[in-house]
Order: sequence, then C-alpha cells, then structure tokens
Amino acid sequence: MKYVGHSVTLDKDKCCGCTICLKRCPTEAIRIINGKAVIFGNKCIDCGECIRVCPNHAKKAVVDTLDVLNSFEYTVALPAQTLYAQFPGMRDRNIVLTALKKLGFDDVFEVSVACDAISRAVTQDLYFDRLPDHVISSSCPTVVRIIRSQFPSLLPNLLNYRSPMELSARWAKKLAMEKTGLPKEKIGCVFISGCPAKATSSKHPLGENESYVDAVLSISEVYPLLQPLLKNIDRPEILARSGPLGVGWAKSGGEAYASQASHSLYADGIENVIDVLEALEDEKIHQARFIELNACPGGCVGGVLAIENPFIAKSRITHIMNHVTPTIPTGSLPEDDMHLDEEVRYNPALQLDSDVKQAMIKMMKIKELEKQFNGMDCGVCGAPSCHALAEDIIMGRGTEEQCIFRKCRKYEERIAQLEKTLEESCERKEHDSK
Amino acid sequence: MEPMILEYTVSADDFSGAGEASGDVKKTLKSLGFPPEVIRRVSVAMYEAEINMVIHARGGKITVEISPDEIRVCCEDVGPGIPDIDLAMQEGWSTASDKVRGLGFGAGMGLPNIKKYTDYLDIKTVVGQGTTLTMSVAV
Repeated sequence: MKYVGHSVTLDKDKCCGCTICLKRCPTEAIRIINGKAVIFGNKCIDCGECIRVCPNHAKKAVVDTLDVLNSFEYTVALPAQTLYAQFPGMRDRNIVLTALKKLGFDDVFEVSVACDAISRAVTQDLYFDRLPDHVISSSCPTVVRIIRSQFPSLLPNLLNYRSPMELSARWAKKLAMEKTGLPKEKIGCVFISGCPAKATSSKHPLGENESYVDAVLSISEVYPLLQPLLKNIDRPEILARSGPLGVGWAKSGGEAYASQASHSLYADGIENVIDVLEALEDEKIHQARFIELNACPGGCVGGVLAIENPFIAKSRITHIMNHVTPTIPTGSLPEDDMHLDEEVRYNPALQLDSDVKQAMIKMMKIKELEKQFNGMDCGVCGAPSCHALAEDIIMGRGTEEQCIFRKCRKYEERIAQLEKTLEESCERKEHDSK
Repeated sequence: MEPMILEYTVSADDFSGAGEASGDVKKTLKSLGFPPEVIRRVSVAMYEAEINMVIHARGGKITVEISPDEIRVCCEDVGPGIPDIDLAMQEGWSTASDKVRGLGFGAGMGLPNIKKYTDYLDIKTVVGQGTTLTMSVAV
C-alpha cells in the first residue's frame, strides 16, 4: 500500500463532509474537499483525534488482520500493556498471555519487558548525567512526530532509545530464532496495539533503519476473539516476563515514575502535550529532568484502537501492577542494542517555502487575504479557519469561491445589479409606451 | 525587501494572556522557515519583555519587524520607567511585588535573559514616563 504518512483511512460512504474532524485536528491537517475529509499526510501527526471524534465512524485506522498468522512459520504476539486492561476483573497477565497462544500464536513476548529495560537504562543515565536537560520520552510516536514538524528546537531533547514496540520485537525475534533455528523472515512478530500511530511506525519507523514488527493487530479486533477464551483457562501457562513498572507505562505517568527521575513531568491529551512543548521551548520549564508525554487521554490506555474507557483501564492497570504475578526469566537480551540507529530529523511541514524571502512574500499575501474574510472560522469552506483558507489559496490549493460569506456577498451584489437592470428596463418600457 | 511588520497590544495585569504575542511570533517564524535556534532566541527574549510589560508597565505595544537577515522587536510602554538600568540588568534583581512573585514571576531574570538571547539590546527609559526596549536577533 502507498505510504500516506498516517494510518487513517476514510470510508467515503460514511463521511458526510461535516466539520467535526476538521475543527478538532490539532495540526490543521484536514480539509473537506468535494464533501469528503482529506488528510495532508505531511502535516498529520497520526494522533487519531479524527478517528476518535467522527460521529459517523467514517474514519478508521489501517491495521493488519488475524490472517497474517498464516504468512509465517512461527509467530510471536507482542501485547501492548493496554490489552490487559480491557477485561473486567482481570488481574493475572498470564491468563491473557495464555489466551493469545490459544488464539493461534506460537509464543508471546510482553512489550512491558522492553519498558522495564528502558526504564532501568534511563535511571542509570539520569544517575550518571548522560541525558540532555529536560529529556523527553520518545515512546509515543505522535509526540515524536509533532516535535519533528512543529518543535524542531526540541529534537535534541528526545530520548535516544528505541520505542518499546521496536525493542520488544527485536528481542522477541532473537529469542524465537534461537529457539526454532528459523531465519528472521519466517518469524512473524505481531504487535497487538491500542494505537494507530504505532501501526504507522512499524511500516515507516523514525530513527530506525528497519522495523522488526511484521504486523500490527488492533486490540478492538483481538478483543472479541480473546474474551471467550479467557473463561476456559483454569491453570494459565506462566508466560509473563516483565515486572510491574513496565506494565505501568500504559497509564500516563507510569513511565515517568519508572524512570525514578528526581523531578519529572507528565502530560496526556494532545492539547496538553502541545502546551507543555510550547512551555519547554520558551524555557518556562526549569526543573523537570524527565518529561513523559502521551498524545492520548490517560496515556496509551486512551488509544483509539482500545475498547475500554481510559480511566477504567487506568485503574485496572494499577490492580494488575499490584497483583503478584509469577514470571519466567527474560532470556538473554542484548541490552547494548537499545539506542536508535539515527537521530530523528526535522520535517519542515509548517514552512511556506524553502526560501525565507519567498515565504515572507507568501505570508504577507496570506495576511492581506485573511483580512477579507470575516474571521468566523466556520469551516464551511472546507478549511479549519479563515487563516488556513487564505494559506490554501496562496499555496495554490484553494479558491476564494470556497468562502460561503464571500459567495453570498457576490450573489447579493449580482442580485442588486439585476434588480437595477430590471428597474431600468421597466422604466424604459413605461417611457416607450407613453 | 521590505520587512514584515507584526503589531501587538499587551494588556496590563493579564498574566494568563501574557505570552500570546510571543507565541504568535513564534508560529509565524516557523512558517517562514527561520532556523529553530533563531526562533527560540526571539521567542524567549520576547516572552520575557512581554511579561515585564504585564508586571511593571501597565501593558504596552510591541512591534516586530521580520527581515530575512534579522528579527527586531520593539516594546514600548508608558510605565514607571527604570531608575537604574545597571541594577536592573543584574541577575536576580527585581522590584516585582510579592503578589507577582507568588504567581511565579519576578525572579529578576527578565532583562538579563533578554540580553543573553539577543544580539542587540537598547533600552531608552524616562522615570515616570515609560520605557522603550529595542532588541534584535541576527539570522
């Protein structure tokens, strides 16, 4: 499939062209064109807000289906911690992990194992002062994306570790290769996700030379298949590997807590994330050594591919953390392979032109044009604000005709003109008949 | 080429609104494609000046001139003026009230930070009449 920069697809029959997703997109990446929502891939940060708010369920995330199990000789499920929090009363991770094997996976490897390892490494890095001041977690792919396009001055603050998903896939694959003797490509590492942005990352990773995640399934697809299996598990197989701190990463604040930073800050929900990044860029934040940001409300438990309400899920995560769970040894994991292959690079998506002078000329034209609109930011034109419409017009992707107020004004003028012509011709007829 | 002019009015005692002007300038500079480091220096320095106008000077007017090689920020107020500029430039020196300090401002780093982040700083002040602060960052 062609890469479009995000994981969102549109069911055109269901999209009614309303302005709900248009107005809620935090990066103004959506336009309504010919009555349907269109996403500008370069501006999209894959936050999933449009999926969350669409009242017609016209927006969906592209993920794989369970058939993917047939494409590999040996498959390993990599469950995101959020999966555990979907089931009422569930406290023992081993039950969920056993159910995943019953579903058809050959083995399981908890993503929280990678979270545990990253937290341990970060604690040491903080202790030995090896991290930049105000280091920002790189585990939320949407946060990485918004930093690279809108807050490039904060790129040096990003934590230089692989995401838990990538790290666990690398380790799971290594263990599976050792166990089965199969080559890399015959082993399928399948991430079970509450997050559409992680599906995009697995196809087009940032800062990684290649992704070890072979497929991504959504929690919402796996949930109805797992639910009936859970009841029949009396004696679960012991499959859990991670400690409770790694499980806690699923809720906002869990990663910051596990880092053991002397001062940390955590925020969730994309608008709050943007506020914190602004404050950090303006040097209004002085003390936070470790900053954890999650685009979804409540943290990863609030992902749009999860089922349970994020606050209920958060409370379940705490219960699961407090439950004494028997675990198996993690296996020999190469902890020297935890850093990203390369730095995440700046994506100048906001720039009007690569040349500053040309950009200034365009900006002045935009500001001039914007004054001619009435400032209602109604969205009827298909752009989220009058400023965005002015920008679209100057950038050659919109027309003034889109503005309904300008159209009305034009028609009013035309009607006035026609009335005048009519009046004049009536007067002339009267005059002639006299 | 003619510089691009942006003008803002800063209201007195509006702590929640303080930072709106510098935020808008930051957004504009990002769209224009200035280097991230230049943008950061302008926005930090301008934010400090904006806050100073809110705390000390009953608000005022900010004019920003954007040229491809320089960004100039001029802040004019009709506040009390600065009696001793040398003292005001010292780190930690502040005349902010306890109420203002209680809000987390007035640490005495405003002017020193502006000096630190800009390439040019000029302060014209008359006690009882007001202050005009002109700063610029070279690109």
